[in-house]
Amino acid sequence: MNKASILIIDDEAQIRKLLTITLESYDYNVQAAITAKEGLAAVASHPPDLVLLDLGLPDESGHAVLRHLREWYSNPIIILSVQSMEEDIVKALDSGATDYLVKPFRTGELMARIRLALRKVFQDENNHLGDFGDLIIDYSARVVKKNNVVIKLTATEYTLLALMCKNEGKVLTHHYVLCQVWGPSYQNESQYLRVFVAQLRKKIETDPNRPVHIITESGVGYRFVGK
Amino acid sequence: MNSIYKLSKKNQYLVSVLAILTITGLSLTIEGLVGYRVIAFLLLVSVSVLAMFLDIIPVIVAAALSALLWDLLFIPPRFTFAVGTTEDRFLLLMYFIIALIHAVLTYKIREVQKEVRKREDKANAIRFYNTLLNSLSHELRTPITTIIGATDNLMNANKLSDGDKTELLSEISIASMRLNQQVENLLSMSRLESGVFKIKKDWCDVRELIYTTLQRFEPTLSNYRVSVFIPENLPLFKLDFGLMEQVLHNLVSNAIQHTEAGTDIIVKADCTDEKLVMTLSDSGKGFPVAEINRVFDKFYRLQGSRPGGTGLGLSIAKGFVEAHNGKITLTNLPLRGAMFTIEIPTEISYLNHLKNE
Repeated sequence: MNKASILIIDDEAQIRKLLTITLESYDYNVQAAITAKEGLAAVASHPPDLVLLDLGLPDESGHAVLRHLREWYSNPIIILSVQSMEEDIVKALDSGATDYLVKPFRTGELMARIRLALRKVFQDENNHLGDFGDLIIDYSARVVKKNNVVIKLTATEYTLLALMCKNEGKVLTHHYVLCQVWGPSYQNESQYLRVFVAQLRKKIETDPNRPVHIITESGVGYRFVGK
Repeated sequence: MNSIYKLSKKNQYLVSVLAILTITGLSLTIEGLVGYRVIAFLLLVSVSVLAMFLDIIPVIVAAALSALLWDLLFIPPRFTFAVGTTEDRFLLLMYFIIALIHAVLTYKIREVQKEVRKREDKANAIRFYNTLLNSLSHELRTPITTIIGATDNLMNANKLSDGDKTELLSEISIASMRLNQQVENLLSMSRLESGVFKIKKDWCDVRELIYTTLQRFEPTLSNYRVSVFIPENLPLFKLDFGLMEQVLHNLVSNAIQHTEAGTDIIVKADCTDEKLVMTLSDSGKGFPVAEINRVFDKFYRLQGSRPGGTGLGLSIAKGFVEAHNGKITLTNLPLRGAMFTIEIPTEISYLNHLKNE
């Protein structure tokens, strides 16, 4: 397999340098762009396997870049944002960002997110079996097993879990989950989501209070983690 | 006084004219009892009172208007502007002059007061920024000094053993985290004080809120005996998850800062009178009674407390709770330790009782 290529779009020289050194040491092919214009041009000429996009660019907002890119570019885009402005993050995720990281972030966290995002690209989509350690989900038979014991889920619980499993590692915003599971008219009825996530955790987590699979992303949504 | 003082120009004129007309009207009914010269004093008093509240021009208008009305309606021959006697002419002139002097003097006094208040505000602001700068420069410089010193050492790495290098790197890491925490606090504070701060309420599972927050303190918190009490049927509450997470985070962080490892930290949540009531108690020494009211003040730090805090955590917690129209209080527990209580009146939903679809 060729080295995966990553394009960094960030106007801060220090961040570009840090990311370049880090990513190259993990054996990625790295390019960097300073402005939105440069970034868009770079993606167009040599589409990378993944884009790291800073939201605060000098010439155009990262949101605009994201929208432009998503018109034709389907590889993962990970957002880097300065403050934990939840609204900004939700907006970016809802307009097609794959994941986000809030600066400052730990290198380990960054590498984990990149690996996860890239794995989806290189992965076969038609897998009917999801293996998440103690949890196994059979999409064709609609059966979920925990430690090899079948667990009983209601129809909604199953739909919710299957949606999360198929997006393993990815943050799903509250709106997105509500739309997918309950339908667009429920997208503001977040109380359903809270109740069902709590129920689901009781069934699939070893300790529902310390979940290892369904992780809360404060103010943004949920992330399903395999293990 | 302030509310009248802030009246628009137009309204000030309206108030001054209406006041003079009303007093004149009243005077008409008692003129027979007291005589027209006493009426002059009555009007003069009204002008003086107006001078206490209004700008100078509306007061001069009131002075002129009252002089004219007094002349027209009270000085014989009545209902003409003519003034019968030299004495009355003198009186009218004096009336007008005294009214003007009142207007000008009161205005000047008020200007001076304003100036004094401005100077006091400025002095307070300077005092406040001095405290801020002292606290900040210490709390920011300590980690920065560590980082600069450690990197300098690492650049001369040939003199260092591998163990030293690892230790320096870990010092840099700790210092950066500390610096980050300080900046995070400062950002929250400026967000709170910017005025553009708005809260975004959504349905929250308080159990999720509490455990998510506690999980962020691992592994430090596993050195404490943490107990959480949440009733099984606790409803959902409408809260800003991110803000409330930070409130809890700051309270837990405060507890860790001020108590020894191995002691108890107890978190409780319940719904009482349609309100969310959360408490966090520790089993430390409690707070000195004299200082208990000041712990929520900005940059306030207990005498002799361990370094590491900015004195901002609790005031941010208070700000975020108040942004929810709630309140946060601190009490010492009877035996030992302190307890923070948060009460937030908000919408609740018992949807979680309707199982299952």
